[in-house]
Amino acid sequence: MHKRFGSLHALRGVDLAVEQGEFFALLGPNGAGKTTLINILAGLSRATSGSSAVMGHDVVAAYRETRRALGVVPQELVYDAFFTVREMLRFQSGYFGLKRNDEWIDELLHNLGLEDRANSYTRNLSGGMKRRVLVAQALVHRPPVIVLDEPTAGVDVELRQSLWSFIKRLNRDGHTIMLTTHYLEEAETLCSRVAMLKQGEIVALDTTRNLLGAHAATEVRLKLVPSQLPEGLRAMLVGEEDGCFRLALRHYGELEAVLAGLRVAGVEVRDMEVTKPDLEDVFLQIMEAA
Amino acid sequence: MTGLWTLFYKEILRFWKVSLQTILSPVVTTLLYLLIFSHVLAAHVQVYPGVGYAAFLIPGLVMMAMLQNAFSNSASSLIQSKMGGSIVFILLPPLAYWEFFSAYVAASVVRGMAVGLGVWLSGYWFAPHAIAHPGWMLAFALAGCAALGALGIISALWADSYDQLAAVQNFVIMPLTFLSGVFYSIHSLPPFWQGVSHLNPFFYMIDGFRYGFFGVSDISPWTSLSIVSGAFLALSLATLWLLKSGYKLRS
Repeated sequence: MHKRFGSLHALRGVDLAVEQGEFFALLGPNGAGKTTLINILAGLSRATSGSSAVMGHDVVAAYRETRRALGVVPQELVYDAFFTVREMLRFQSGYFGLKRNDEWIDELLHNLGLEDRANSYTRNLSGGMKRRVLVAQALVHRPPVIVLDEPTAGVDVELRQSLWSFIKRLNRDGHTIMLTTHYLEEAETLCSRVAMLKQGEIVALDTTRNLLGAHAATEVRLKLVPSQLPEGLRAMLVGEEDGCFRLALRHYGELEAVLAGLRVAGVEVRDMEVTKPDLEDVFLQIMEAA
Repeated sequence: MTGLWTLFYKEILRFWKVSLQTILSPVVTTLLYLLIFSHVLAAHVQVYPGVGYAAFLIPGLVMMAMLQNAFSNSASSLIQSKMGGSIVFILLPPLAYWEFFSAYVAASVVRGMAVGLGVWLSGYWFAPHAIAHPGWMLAFALAGCAALGALGIISALWADSYDQLAAVQNFVIMPLTFLSGVFYSIHSLPPFWQGVSHLNPFFYMIDGFRYGFFGVSDISPWTSLSIVSGAFLALSLATLWLLKSGYKLRS
């Protein structure tokens, strides 16, 4: 898929398939094309060339089917100042052809901690509350595919956790989740597969586990007395700062060999810290290389 | 149809919740025109035989208020949701472009009619009068409001700011309604300005509507209704085409 806005080439041949039931992350710096891609899926924008489909329905030719299949939480904190939370959710249900939906609306309000705010005007809610309303609006028609465009931006820790436990439950129930976020630890813990976009191109697409394994090593930080690394361990050295040596481990088993090497050389360990690689390291590496 | 009905209901509720501003305020403003103009001009103007100036003014003022409010309903709703971003709530669901169109136009008609009814009832109390042809009156009211509802959608789609929309309202809609024969019969104008008035589509709306009241008009109500219906049809087709193409809504 390609998307051009005048001279700006926002998507450059993105080719991507998200499987049903996946918890998928779309990552990338600002301006990478994540929201453009989502907007095309949602019908808010049209691809310059190429096509996309949701649950087998083409987003242009069969827009009614794709929009019914899709629940989108937009990135911008938008709201309609004229209406209460419950009115908004009823309207949204009606737009999707649902006449009586109060049971599910109540469940959404409960799960998103909005019960007390059902009759409040959306304009009077805090940013975090407005975000919850957006999530509820996206889920009002029980879409099989849920797209969350930075749903936790500006949201407090408590809501983040309750939001994710609710979304995880929906994922367990079979909903496909596609997520963009700048909080990479969220993507790491939640998503089984990750695509990284940079300047409109996919620069990495793999399972989270493979990406972590291939791009970042577990490291051990050692403070030694005497502060001297035995010759046999030099090959593993990746850095040295504040009198500490950082050694890269391909797996935890190598830690034993490191300790044995130190013992043989008569070097004592004064302090030790093992750090696991995280998606942020991988992300930065990939973005730098791409 | 649930989607269309919901959007229509939402649009009705939107203006109803602020009815002081959307209904009562235009009714009061229009009544002020009626009080002032009829008081100042009553002794000087006799437009149709047997019709007092205050009574003559009423249909024109009713229609003017209806047209302005029908326009303002679709236009202000759409520009607000466009500027505030809440337009996504109706762009994401599976609503067809014709449903979008029908809901906004129908809501504009309801708002226009509500304001018109308010102005007419209070005008009637002020200067009681008979209604010669209620059917004609209703036909012009519906066609006029619907045409302005469609024009409101087009203007709000085109406008990139509140200011641009206000320009359409103040520099196009207002002068065209004021200069359409609300306060005078165009027969009282010099020939040149009579010719110019015939180019103003609002003139036919008001003249035809007035025929519904008094059974007298500057030109045949059939001609006026054809022109007004033609305008509604043309504006509707243009609006539908813009909505279908996603003009300024779907990039």
